[in-house]
Amino acid sequence: MAAILEVKNIEKIYPDGVIANKDVSVSVEEGTIHAIVGENGAGKSTLMKVIFGITRPQNGTISFQGQEVNFKSPDDAIQQGIGMVHQHLMLASDLTVAENLVLGIEPKRRGIFLDDHEMIRLTREVAQRFSLEVPPDKKIKDLPIGIRQRVEILKALYRKAELLILDEPTAVLTPQETEVLFRTLKQLKANGKTILFISHKLREVKEIADRVTVMRDSQVITTEDAAKLSEEDISHLMVGRDIRTERIPQSETTGEVVLETKGLSFVNEDEIFVLKDVSFSVRAGEILGLAGVEGNGQTELVKLLTGLLQPTDGEIFVRSKAISGLSPRKVREIGLAHIPEDRMENGVADQASVKENLIVDRYYKAPYSRRSRLLWKTITDHTLDLVKRFHILTRNVDTPVNSLSGGNIQKVVVARELSADPDVLIASQPTRGVDVGSEEHIHSLLRQVRDEGKAVFMVSADLDEVLKLSSRILVIYNGEIVAHIPDPSMVSAEDLGPYMLGVKRQEDLGAEIHS
Amino acid sequence: MSPLLDSIFSSDFGFAVLRVMTPLIFPALGFAITDLAGVVNISLEGMMLMSAFFGVIVGAFTGSLLLALLAGILIGIAMGAALGYFHLKLKTDIILGAIAMNMFASGFTIFLLYVLTGDKGSTSSLKSLVFPEVHIPLLRSIPVLGDILSGHNVLTYAALLSAIVFFFLIFKTPLGLRIRAVGQNPDAARSVGINVDRVQLYALMLSGLFGALGGLYLSMGYVSWFARDMTAGRGWIAIAAATLGGNMPLGTFLAALLFGSVNALAIYIASVNIPSELIQMIPYVATVLALALYAIRVQKRRQKIKEEALEEEYDSGPPDNPPPAAAKQRGGSS
Amino acid sequence: MQKFILRNFTLIRTLIAIALGIVISIFLIYVISETPGFSLKSFLIAPLLSKSRLSNIVENATPILFCGIAIAVAFRAKQFNIGAEGALFISAAVGTAFAVSTSMPIFIHIPLVLLVAAGAGAAWGFIPGFMKAKWGASELVASLMMNYVAYFLGLYLINNFFRDKEAGFLVSYRLPESARLAQFLEGTRMHYGVFLALGAALLIYYLMFHTTLGYEIRMTGHNQGFSRFGGIKIFKIIILVQVIEGALAGMGGMTEIMGIHGRFNWQMSPGYGWEGIIVAIIGREHPILIIFASFFLAYIRVGGQSLNLLADVPFELVTVIQAVIIILITAEAFLGRFKYKLTVNEAKREEAGDESLA
Repeated sequence: MAAILEVKNIEKIYPDGVIANKDVSVSVEEGTIHAIVGENGAGKSTLMKVIFGITRPQNGTISFQGQEVNFKSPDDAIQQGIGMVHQHLMLASDLTVAENLVLGIEPKRRGIFLDDHEMIRLTREVAQRFSLEVPPDKKIKDLPIGIRQRVEILKALYRKAELLILDEPTAVLTPQETEVLFRTLKQLKANGKTILFISHKLREVKEIADRVTVMRDSQVITTEDAAKLSEEDISHLMVGRDIRTERIPQSETTGEVVLETKGLSFVNEDEIFVLKDVSFSVRAGEILGLAGVEGNGQTELVKLLTGLLQPTDGEIFVRSKAISGLSPRKVREIGLAHIPEDRMENGVADQASVKENLIVDRYYKAPYSRRSRLLWKTITDHTLDLVKRFHILTRNVDTPVNSLSGGNIQKVVVARELSADPDVLIASQPTRGVDVGSEEHIHSLLRQVRDEGKAVFMVSADLDEVLKLSSRILVIYNGEIVAHIPDPSMVSAEDLGPYMLGVKRQEDLGAEIHS
Repeated sequence: MSPLLDSIFSSDFGFAVLRVMTPLIFPALGFAITDLAGVVNISLEGMMLMSAFFGVIVGAFTGSLLLALLAGILIGIAMGAALGYFHLKLKTDIILGAIAMNMFASGFTIFLLYVLTGDKGSTSSLKSLVFPEVHIPLLRSIPVLGDILSGHNVLTYAALLSAIVFFFLIFKTPLGLRIRAVGQNPDAARSVGINVDRVQLYALMLSGLFGALGGLYLSMGYVSWFARDMTAGRGWIAIAAATLGGNMPLGTFLAALLFGSVNALAIYIASVNIPSELIQMIPYVATVLALALYAIRVQKRRQKIKEEALEEEYDSGPPDNPPPAAAKQRGGSS
Repeated sequence: MQKFILRNFTLIRTLIAIALGIVISIFLIYVISETPGFSLKSFLIAPLLSKSRLSNIVENATPILFCGIAIAVAFRAKQFNIGAEGALFISAAVGTAFAVSTSMPIFIHIPLVLLVAAGAGAAWGFIPGFMKAKWGASELVASLMMNYVAYFLGLYLINNFFRDKEAGFLVSYRLPESARLAQFLEGTRMHYGVFLALGAALLIYYLMFHTTLGYEIRMTGHNQGFSRFGGIKIFKIIILVQVIEGALAGMGGMTEIMGIHGRFNWQMSPGYGWEGIIVAIIGREHPILIIFASFFLAYIRVGGQSLNLLADVPFELVTVIQAVIIILITAEAFLGRFKYKLTVNEAKREEAGDESLA
């Protein structure tokens, strides 16, 4: 069969110097379902953006339907017959299905009017041709997610897409909806369309993909027939390491339970059950690492623990004291500190100065203020001290945080949270997007906190980090704890992969997690 | 019957309501179109003022009603385009930009008025043109209704018509579809190749067109001169009307009707013992209440969705998922 | 030099905007005036030469300053409440009603009247504030509507219950002497209200930059996610800033009545709330800079009045310039390319510097 898409030697370096694609070559055959799998940050999304014209590579060529193409924008890609279904659906919720479908290339009547009937007819037509039932005159906001996604697929087909890119399409779907989607994709394949499918979920990949490309560390590891690879093979290729990660010796003593959760559940705004019955405990003097592919409930779990969200069900205890229902400030006062996963969203106010950012959890207390008056002298001294202790590179303490580098902004956050001297530290993606030097520094700080007898709960999508630092490891998949590794020195990244990807799960986890 | 009720049920009152409504419907629709497009334009007051002024001036100096109409419309559209340029190109906050536009219009019209006529109050020294009144042949002979509906300024009929035009524009043309799409989800519109900035610019220019018609009516129909700050807050009331009407043509029309009635009532009531200030207050209080009720409804709906999802999940969830009550007990027992 | 410009870019852009506004006004004066030299002098110099005009500047700046700092507090928290005008009007009406119906010693009466007025303004700010915090309703539209409610309610109150029927026009009874702010310079209408305004500006400066509440307000404006993360109660802040705005604007309205008119005589809303928005923007939401902005605005307004009176150019020239200045200051992309160039140059220079060190 002929290749519909030929990607050769793509290299993409972002302005901040991050290499996202290194010599990436993939060939996608016409009329197949081709899956691209890889860990977070392996370079899948960048590759898709390059193919769809959202971003342009430094090197390499793309050929589509036998011709070399050079897309300047997604428009160009759409014109040539490539469609993309984004993870966040691109639909206007107050418009009807038909209106969303024809938006931008509307059928007209008498030159100026929208042709409503034609619009609906076209919708029915394209829906029937691909056997994708949708109600043409219903508004998007009245439809379930699965149908909305189908509209998105139809949108691409209506624009005569031959190649459909789906970015983690099942992440927002229920299992039933996923099944329906897969039937759809198979139908499209039968219709001669080609599908490029990004996923983390190996069972799904095995179920529908003809070919699989595995990416790791910005490179393509291999492209194979899906039939030739088992789920274990793929997971091995995805997380496989050439060298075993160096481990840091664990502290000798672990103490009493400091942080404990029982039966935590959470339903989000989109009606999705993101956490189901999560129970675990963290002891003094240990780092409990939570491994998992992003988007499996970690973000919500951390927000629940820190009082930023309230659980739909279940309880959280710090030193046997129930903290659910308490405000974020009360939770902090009980002795919990928090390095948030997105430092720009929660960690800092980027237009405010370094010193203002370093006091957000303590400005109202002595010695930083007295009777509501801020004591700037103390605050400045405090800031200078932290800047020195945590090696924060800044021109001065009044510099706005947004003029610092990513690593130094993260150090501002870490400095504030660690200097709060907490009993429990919740560290979420503590070294994401920081340079190697800052990463080392932050790792040694986390170790130090552990050795001081604090309880640390670390969430990370970076398996190396989890393996390197954790005293024990939990794996989360689809909002549930699926594995508990009491002794990380006994496992490698390959062993964790199948749990993270939903291939395997341990039974009877209950009591053991609290060990 | 009391004299008040007498006058309210008179056909004069109905006639007055339509008259008062006209300069509200136009700008209200003008605001609605920008709100739908996601570029709230609160400079209707200024747009109306500029058009009212240029209509009178051009009419007086050229003697041509058509040129006056064109001048008024062009200046309104230009105001919309200018706001678009500031907001979309120069990245001015649209609220502050619009406040500046209003200020500019108020000052600039009086400034020019003085320069051109030596008068700062009004154009009474100029011979202003007026849009004609229309007597509808059949309608006028119907008792009561004919007295209410016939004999209005042509722009009053245009205003009633414009609500219908607005409906077709927004719901039945590609531009309207794009305006709605851009307002709701600009990313979605962008993803299918729509130039979001351009659509928003068109919305602002259309808003200028509507505002211009409202302004022209004020100075060349409602009265026959331009007076300083003659819009007297109608551009703001229009925003209230559009908000109350949910930016939809019928709703906006009904809201403008309410505001117009209240306004007319305030004029009629002056002779009776009810303080007119309280009557005139009603539309604004109503808008504040409507705003609150709308926000509460949106919030309630979100809440409900969440609760329903919870129930469903527990209904269909795997058996090892404990129901909420049981889980609570378990949590509490330790 | 480049570094200096970059660091003070916003301030420099503000000054350029003001300069451009003045250049445009000079241009307009030359176009329309038959005696441009004299007109220009009337506009820019005359306000500074006579005692009565200087005092006019001070009188004018007083309520504008109150409204400016009021709005700055709310804008700092990214709450676009533009209801200062309404708060000012209703407070003046309620304050007047209270003042004319009570009598007590001056040192109690004055603060009490001001307090009542501020309370009325605070209540006015509370309504949109609560609606925003609790239900997410737009404070912009709500406060705008409240301006009209304030206008009609204020007129209702004065015209129906406190109207001085002996006066020839619609005004309230005279305030008792015990509720008057004294005018402190013979031959002018300058009153002690200006010191209240300056005091309020200093107080708000202190509040915003030296208290925990000010810190909470500013952080909420910067990033609500960050503030919630740090335990700041956003709900409280959103309401409180609008309450403070209303109270300050209310004081501004009342001091004007107590110091200048001696009775409630507004039949139109005086517009100080809108001027307040202008000075809040020119003063970049900083109370101290707003003091300068208020006096600057009052200066060009008085200049406009003298231009109007002495020369052949209408006052509204000033309104046009105000609009131009506002547009230029708020246009973030204005001079943006220039700034970008400077930034790139600076970055290149630093890089080159680093290399030469290595």
